Amino acid sequence: MFSFELFINALVAGLLLGGFYAAFSLGLSLSFGLLDVVNIAHPAFIIFGSYLTFYVNENFGVDPILAGLLFAVPFYFLGVAVYRIYYNVFEKTGAESLRGLVFFFGIFFLIEVLLIITFGVDYRLVRAPYIGKTFHIGSLGVAWRLFVPFLVGTALTIGLYQFLSKTFFGKAVMGVAQDSLAVRLMGADPIRIKTIAFGIGIATATLAGSLLIIIGPVEPAIGREYIGRVFAITVLGGLGSMSGVFLAALIIGVAESFTASFIGPSWALAVSFGILLICLAVRPAGLFGR
Amino acid sequence: MKSKGHLLHIAVALAVVLVAFLITNSMENRYYYKASYVVLQYVVLATAWNILGGYTGYVNFGTAAFFAMGSYTAVALIKLWKPPLYVLLVAGGAVSGLLGLGIGYLTLRLRGVFFSIATLALAVVLQMFMTNWEFVGGGAGTAILKPRSVPFFSNYDEFLFFVMASLAVAAVFVAWLIENSWVGRGMAAIRDNEEAAECMGVPILKLKLFATTVSGAMMGIAGAPFSYFVVFIEPSSAFHLDYAVNSLAMPMVGGTTTWLGPLIGAVLVGTAQQIATVTLSAEMNLLIVGSLLVGFVVFAPEGLVGLFRKLRGRAMGRSA
Repeated sequence: MFSFELFINALVAGLLLGGFYAAFSLGLSLSFGLLDVVNIAHPAFIIFGSYLTFYVNENFGVDPILAGLLFAVPFYFLGVAVYRIYYNVFEKTGAESLRGLVFFFGIFFLIEVLLIITFGVDYRLVRAPYIGKTFHIGSLGVAWRLFVPFLVGTALTIGLYQFLSKTFFGKAVMGVAQDSLAVRLMGADPIRIKTIAFGIGIATATLAGSLLIIIGPVEPAIGREYIGRVFAITVLGGLGSMSGVFLAALIIGVAESFTASFIGPSWALAVSFGILLICLAVRPAGLFGR
Repeated sequence: MKSKGHLLHIAVALAVVLVAFLITNSMENRYYYKASYVVLQYVVLATAWNILGGYTGYVNFGTAAFFAMGSYTAVALIKLWKPPLYVLLVAGGAVSGLLGLGIGYLTLRLRGVFFSIATLALAVVLQMFMTNWEFVGGGAGTAILKPRSVPFFSNYDEFLFFVMASLAVAAVFVAWLIENSWVGRGMAAIRDNEEAAECMGVPILKLKLFATTVSGAMMGIAGAPFSYFVVFIEPSSAFHLDYAVNSLAMPMVGGTTTWLGPLIGAVLVGTAQQIATVTLSAEMNLLIVGSLLVGFVVFAPEGLVGLFRKLRGRAMGRSA
């Protein structure tokens, strides 16, 4: 039975979810798409961010969004450290394809295990005034816990897009993505640029993590569910295109929401994987790939 | 010379199988069979992973998916008509082999990372399918009855141990055969420089598809007896991330370029895990494996085999 009301509700929920997915995928699109560093541990960094948010929210009552912003600073340095290791051990010797991937996979796994050891396998959630409330536009109900992540995710996308296309440093990152030898010949150090850019990518993970735990409870292994989704979005959006990521995130969000509403919630995960496979088979450059 | 080497290896392989059979007739404690079964299963998985990962340089993160597809193929067949074990092994291998071929066909023409990403997502999605498929137990899982008796063995666990020992020997033997043939040399050429290999006339796509199919099939075969082994099967245990992490970590610890590496790695890491699970805890055990994986990738990329070679080279250099 098709009802128009259900359709509109699913559409809006999907778009809101998409805005959050964009926040989730931006950091990966930056590292994978522009810097050519396939950081498959990105979802794990996000879950790590969720748990830090949970910790300060539970113990000190800090607002989750504020917590995400605060932790962005230490995460930036964490990202810088990870890239330093990655560069020195793998990229410099040209071993990034096999061992670099395994390295990030190991980090992914280690973060998950450490979270299990520290916090246990129970679901955790945060408290904030806007969680659990809904506002209505006509017959359409919008949950704040979806609306806030959508707003923050959209703001993050716009911010990162402006940063990459307008600032001098952002243009340098785009330069490294296009031709890192040419950047070197211009007297700039591509490794330094990549280090900073990778740090920024990891810094976005804390904010994405606090959005994740606002949307719903989090447990250490939840990152795995996001791997297929986050790569589907990154590839579909065209590697390294921030506006592409946003649009792809909205597409996946809506597709998942429709699947969940009309077929069944347990099939939603298959959507992103199907899109990823079709995209890889038909157009690996994505919607907005160069 | 070459055929002599073949004969020697076949003799050693048969001897190992024979020893495994003799053990089942003399050892009593059932725990050791269970523990050894798990270690031997990892010998198969690590060797299978290495045929693709170590020889051609394509990273498969979906060992759990291939393993579990073998298990669930077997479960479906057991639910239908309870065929003998060898049918389960063949069917599990066929399904996972086809899965490997399909994923390889879709993604192996692209950069290697896309294959890795696809395998990573594959495990999650297949687990979801199995969770929704009520016939094989769905999310709640299903109990599988072991056949009551088998000829020559006093109980079914001993028989399974013997089967897995034979599979482990067969897997290592297949890896050795591949490594010492033109196929293996072609794979090594792909790993070192794919473009150069293609220019020299190496059929790279065919070899890569061959590697994913063989590797996937071996993982499926290793998974086929799993439901009899655990008696109760459910998606989250069959698709456990442990399989992916271990089958990566073991070749990395042992060394990825020879058949010996995954064997050494699986025996050492697998045994250590069995001890750690009993004496420490399951989480600490995972922490150890994860640390070993990252540690070896960063500090000893050639694995134990490489370290040993380096030491021997240094010792010889000193004596000369």
